[in-house]
Amino acid sequence: MIELENVAYSYGGGELLTDMTLNVAPGSFHFLTGPSGSGKTTFLKLCYGALQATAGHVRLFDRDVRGLSRDDVAILRRKIGVVHQDCQFLDHLPVTENVALPLAVSGQEPDAADANLRELLAWVGLSARANALPPELSGGERQRAALARAVIMSPDVILADEPTGNIDWEMSQRLLTLLVELNRMGKTILIATHDLGLIRAAKAQVQTRVLRISNRRLQMAGADL
Amino acid sequence: MKFDLRAAARMLQFDERADRVVPPTGFTARLTLFSAFAMSFLAVFALALSLAAGRVADRWGNELAQASTLRISAPAGEVATQTEAALRVLRTTPGIVDARALTPEEQRDLLIPWLGADLPIDDLPLPQLIDILETDTGYDAAGLRLRLAAEAPAAVLDDHARWRRPLIDAASRLRLLGWASILLIATATAAMVTLAANAALAANAQVIAVLRLVGAKDTYIASAFVRRFALRALTGAAFGTLTGIIALVLVPSGNDTAGVLTDLSIQGIGWVWVILIPPLSGLVAFVATRYAARRVLEELA
Repeated sequence: MIELENVAYSYGGGELLTDMTLNVAPGSFHFLTGPSGSGKTTFLKLCYGALQATAGHVRLFDRDVRGLSRDDVAILRRKIGVVHQDCQFLDHLPVTENVALPLAVSGQEPDAADANLRELLAWVGLSARANALPPELSGGERQRAALARAVIMSPDVILADEPTGNIDWEMSQRLLTLLVELNRMGKTILIATHDLGLIRAAKAQVQTRVLRISNRRLQMAGADL
Repeated sequence: MKFDLRAAARMLQFDERADRVVPPTGFTARLTLFSAFAMSFLAVFALALSLAAGRVADRWGNELAQASTLRISAPAGEVATQTEAALRVLRTTPGIVDARALTPEEQRDLLIPWLGADLPIDDLPLPQLIDILETDTGYDAAGLRLRLAAEAPAAVLDDHARWRRPLIDAASRLRLLGWASILLIATATAAMVTLAANAALAANAQVIAVLRLVGAKDTYIASAFVRRFALRALTGAAFGTLTGIIALVLVPSGNDTAGVLTDLSIQGIGWVWVILIPPLSGLVAFVATRYAARRVLEELA
């Protein structure tokens, strides 16, 4: 599904990530941890084609990203739902339109999606906030809206970058429950976080694999996690 | 840069949802609207100037191309004899259809615009003028001058070329200047729209990042900007053209003394060019925004 083979990434003359090899199997639940600035976000960006590896190979759905055009990467990205810490919404559009954005950009008819959209907003508990603008949402609501947008295309993989970074414990548990539920539906989950409490809470509910970036390399985390 | 006609056509297809993803662009949209308005207004005048210059050049060319004048400046007693001799020469010269001596009344009429109607023409030592009408191929002016020198030495041939050519050249250059102005106006419009589109795209880097995150192709992102700017340019140009036409109508007409400056009107086929100004402005804006979008999207990749 997502394969990295001896991947390195350099920027501004310095190597940020080196010799990374990983095979994210379908239906798996991965955590990626490491200190701030260790390259977790860069690693995730390599995993959805937003950055090109400077060495090695990144394969998304058996296709080497290096040989793809930007439009090909855009089409592949529709199979990967991404949730960012800062969510990244179009602030002038209401929640419903933001959540439905992946449908709009892929040319799908809005009418066919309306029922799914309502269902999805109810699933993340945002039915009452459907017409609110993103700046009017709380941190937790923004994260749930971002998750709804990430899954509306029914992607095979969901990547989340510090999804609980700006929300309280209770809200992060709600978000984790949704992610676990998605994993049980067969979705592949990869979450970059330094929130060890979140990792422990997930391990109690679902089988997970925890990776750590240390000294620019990818390692399996210790038994303490 | 390859031009893909199908991709260009897709960009122009109306897509309300796609257009909504770009937030209102405020200042840059107004700048595009105003630039297109001002440039189209100027284009109408440049076009009118060019068309008027073309008409004048054609008229002068047609009216004078096949006509010449012979002037007999002889002492009073010899005028009639030399006129007869000159007419005989002219009527036997290949390339001349007709030659006719002007009557005193016709000569008076020629002088009235310059010297007034109450001119005592009989008291003036005026030369006799002979009007010559040529065939399409014309005559051999040098040969004719030699024959006249022998048979009517007081005759001076004026084939109009000496003063006709600079006038036609000037009118033709004025016409060229008009078209060059239109080209410059189109280039300036393109530059303005490119700047405005660049500013709008740069200001919306975050929007572009979000769209890419959710799997939008570059064509989709560019289309939303391209449609917006092309439509603004089209609207501005339509108003600018209309205002230009109204201003032209208000320019006083010179009637039959019309020259370039007093005949700044649009006539006949000229209206086709005027009607083409708004769509051409839209096209210029389309190409300019498409170029700007490609460049910015490349930079943000």
